[in-house]
Order: sequence, then C-alpha cells, then structure tokens
Amino acid sequence: MLTKEEIQHIAGLARISLHEKEIEKYQKDLSGILDYFTELQKLDTESVEAIGHITGMRNVFRQDKSSDFGSIGKEEILKNAPETKGGYVKVKSVL
Amino acid sequence: MNKEITSVQLTKDYFDAIKKNDPEIGAYLTLTEELALKQAQFVDQRIASGEEVDLLAGIPCAIKDNMCVDGVRATAGSKMLDSYISPYDATVISRLKEVGAVILGKTNMDEFAMGSSTENSAYQLTRNPHDAERVSGGSSGGSAAAVAADEAAWSLGSDTGGSIRQPASFCGVVGLKPTYGRVSRHGLIAMASSLDQIGPFAKTVEDCAIILSRISGEDKMDATSAQSADKRYEDFLTGNIKGIKIGIPKEYVQNLEGKIKEEFEKSVEKFKSLGAKIVEISLPHSSYSLATYYMIMPSEVSSNLARFDGIKYGLRINDQENTEFIENGKTERNLLETYMDTREYGFGTEVKRRIMLGTYALSSGYYDAYYLKAQKVRALIRDDFEKAFEEVDFIYSPTAPEVAFKAGEKTDDPLKMYLSDIYTVTANLAGVPAISFPIGFLESDGKKLPLGGQLMGKWFDEEGLLNAAHTFETN
Repeated sequence: MLTKEEIQHIAGLARISLHEKEIEKYQKDLSGILDYFTELQKLDTESVEAIGHITGMRNVFRQDKSSDFGSIGKEEILKNAPETKGGYVKVKSVL
Repeated sequence: MNKEITSVQLTKDYFDAIKKNDPEIGAYLTLTEELALKQAQFVDQRIASGEEVDLLAGIPCAIKDNMCVDGVRATAGSKMLDSYISPYDATVISRLKEVGAVILGKTNMDEFAMGSSTENSAYQLTRNPHDAERVSGGSSGGSAAAVAADEAAWSLGSDTGGSIRQPASFCGVVGLKPTYGRVSRHGLIAMASSLDQIGPFAKTVEDCAIILSRISGEDKMDATSAQSADKRYEDFLTGNIKGIKIGIPKEYVQNLEGKIKEEFEKSVEKFKSLGAKIVEISLPHSSYSLATYYMIMPSEVSSNLARFDGIKYGLRINDQENTEFIENGKTERNLLETYMDTREYGFGTEVKRRIMLGTYALSSGYYDAYYLKAQKVRALIRDDFEKAFEEVDFIYSPTAPEVAFKAGEKTDDPLKMYLSDIYTVTANLAGVPAISFPIGFLESDGKKLPLGGQLMGKWFDEEGLLNAAHTFETN
C-alpha cells in the first residue's frame, strides 16, 4: 500500500492539490490498480525490445523553420488565455 | 444523386430530431446550427449549379467534443475546457469541410475520453437510445448515441482502448478504429498518444468506409500519421469473403456464457455460411493486455494533461474569484498554487486518478519497472498478433463482454469499469484496425439490447476488414 507521504509526493509532482480526506482514497485506489499490475512482473522480458512506434515508423523530418503562430494568428490564440498583457500570456512571478 | 431532399432541409430535420430527442438522450454538448446551415446552403448551391459533389457533401454529422472545430467550443467533457473556443480546425474537420460535410454539433464524452460509459463527463450522462436507464458506453458515447437515435447521419469518435467500438456495440451501430497512424490526430485533444486514433460511427459498414476515405491520409501536422495511397475504401466492398480465414482466440471466448455466447456462436456460424474458414487461434499474452493498457495509458495521460496549467488556455482558479478555493483566509495564490488549485478543481475524479497513477509510474526510480516493462509486454502482445496473422486474415470476438449496463452500476469500482475494455484494448496496444458491428440482441426488462461483434485486421488492411464486416452485415 502506498503511504500518505507517497500520495502527497505524487500529487505534488502531478501539480494537483489534495484535501486530507482524498489521500486515503488515493491510497486505496492506486494501490489496487498497482497490485493488478504486479501480474506483468511475472513475465520475463529481459530480451524484449520495448515498443517505440507500434507500426515501426522511424524518424520523421521537417524543416527547422518557425512560423509565427501559423495560419491561426496570435490574437486568436491569445483569446483563450485567462490573462494577457501587451500581446503576451501573463504568468505570475516565479520568484 | 436523386435530389430527393436538399441539404438544408435534411439539416433542419436533424435539428428537429435533436430538439425532440436529445433532452432525454443527452448526446450533444454544443449545437452548431448556424455553421451547419451555412455549410448545407453552400452544398445546395453547388448542386443547383450542376457541380459534382462528394458522397458526404451535405450529409449532417456529429463530432466528439475532443476534436477542434474552428470557432466552436471544445470541452473534451471537462470543466477544464468549459470556456475553450478552438481557434482552428482539426485535420479531420478541415478534410470534412473540404468535401462539404455538415457539422451539427459536438457530442458528449467521458472527461478527456477516460471512461466506458460517459458517466465521467463533467456535464451529463448520455443515455442509451435502446433503454434510457442504461449507458451509451464510452468514451465516445455521445457520438454513438447520436447515430443510434437518428440525431446525426454519422459521427466521429476517438478510440484509445475501445472508446469507439464499445459504445458502437452498446448502441447497435457500426464503429471503426483504424490502424494507428491511418488518421491524423492534429486537433484531437490528446489522451494517450501511442494509442489514440480517430474513427467513424455510422449505421452501415459502407458508410464507415466512405467516411474513412475522406478523413484518412498522411498529414504534416501529425508526425505519427502514416503515408498512404489515396484510397476509396468503399470500392473494396465486394460482398465476397469465400475462403478467408477468421481466427477466434480461445483466450477471448473461453469465459463467454449464456445469451452472449449463444449470439456470438450464431454469428460465427453465419461467417461460416458465407464461406469463411473459422480457425481457433491463441493470443497467449491476452491475459496481460488489460494490465499493460492500464499502465501505458495513464502514464501517457499524465504527460499529455500536464499542459492544463491554468496559464495558456482553459480554466484558471483566480485569486479573487472562486472563493471556495481560498482556504485559511488566504486570498492570493502564487504560481505553484495556481497550477495546483486549477488542476484540483478543473479535473474530475477519474482523470485525477489516472494522472496520479501515471505520474507515479513515470516518477524517478519507477520508470523501468512500470512504463518500460509495459511497453515490453506490449511488444509480446504485438508479436502474438503477428504470429496469428501468419495463419488467419482476421480475428473475431465479441466487442465487449456485456451489453449496455445500467447507469450507476459500476461507478464505485474503477477496476470493474476497466474490465469493459477487455476485448478492445489489444487492438490499440497492437495498433491494428478493428471494427464493431451489430450481431444480435439480448432481451432484458423487456428491452432489446444490441450486441456487437469485433473483427480485427492486419495493420493497414482496412479494406479487407471493412469488406468482411460489410459482407456479414448485408447477408
């Protein structure tokens, strides 16, 4: 079973606030699903190469060229931002 | 073309049907009446002026709400995107607009396509048109129900682990998940990128073939989209499957029982009578597929959904508003608190559960044991298919181990809900195309509930797959 501290650590990494009462629920739910996953550990996969692209596609190249907001346009894109300032998305101060 | 009805009239008829039936069914989240009528008028004008138009021109359809239509809200069934207006068309949408398809609206779905019943939608439940007490399946339940309830002639859904095929089975329509890479996902709100694929719902296999021809093909906006010749899949529907080999995986059918087993066996007999050769096969790693899926999918979900941060678009829990989130009298949030509270409030329970699980699986020290391990088992599952396809042309099973269940029956137990996907997830893991089509009905409480059969085909053999299902359907 995952500990309370582990659940809090995962939530922090996932950037999701947790309320105290949810921690226990996640402990139960996640542990249940992870138990189910232990089945896979029984399989020997030592010499198996992991799947990258399922139909075996290799590198896909394109020109290293940028286009300013493509055909959509900056204004259209910024319309969906919760907060903008002077044509930029506004972000809270990091420091 | 018979010119029996104009596109405008047909479109209006569908909106009348939606207004009459949808308050009970709940298939749609957003209607795009203005856009639809404009598209319909345009097609009518082209036909009136003697122009040759495409088979799909003027035909009204519905789009799952995780695909972007320029100027239209796209919620993906989440509060996180409640106010999001897409500034561009998904590639599938621009291709449909080019041929003159008419878009009626956006359909309900489990939040970010995570669920098997639409019960995880932040907005509403989509009820099954065959029995309103039951679910329509998921996650593309709205798109399946819209077609089944005649609220659209056809629709688009997305399928990550069965999200097209299981609702198609529950609602008694045809649903196709193409080969991974067959259809561009540019403009599809991503769930699990190594599994996601867009595909059609329709009343017939032939309609699905026609739709696939219009939406498929390479796209420079989706680097995973496969190169493919410009094919008209409807031209391959010969109605002849004499001599083809259909494999039935013993691992899939050994636990079937009761009426589902009976109906499934009847459908196998029908394939035999059409000249197909039925062979028992083995997919030895089948029992690992659900666990593999439920590790790979949440891992990719946790990565894809990291983009919802309350900054660039979508919901933000603001400092002054949303006072219920101001705890201990604190009225200001720093950047981290903005992220965390926005995601806490914006995502529903199942989405958060999968993000948490995926974050754990990908976190430092666990990657090898979980995600990498699952991608290795996935290679073994793909090898099972490669071996099977040396022997047979198609693989056949029921689409789901059940018919539509009652709303609320499984919401308390995530693992029980996940079992709905047992026959469908392997096609996504292996990347092969798969189609669900109606094979019969089960009676329950005096209601006739549809049951679907699933054919899986070889990579990029959609024409063979569609022909096999078409031959079954039309005989």
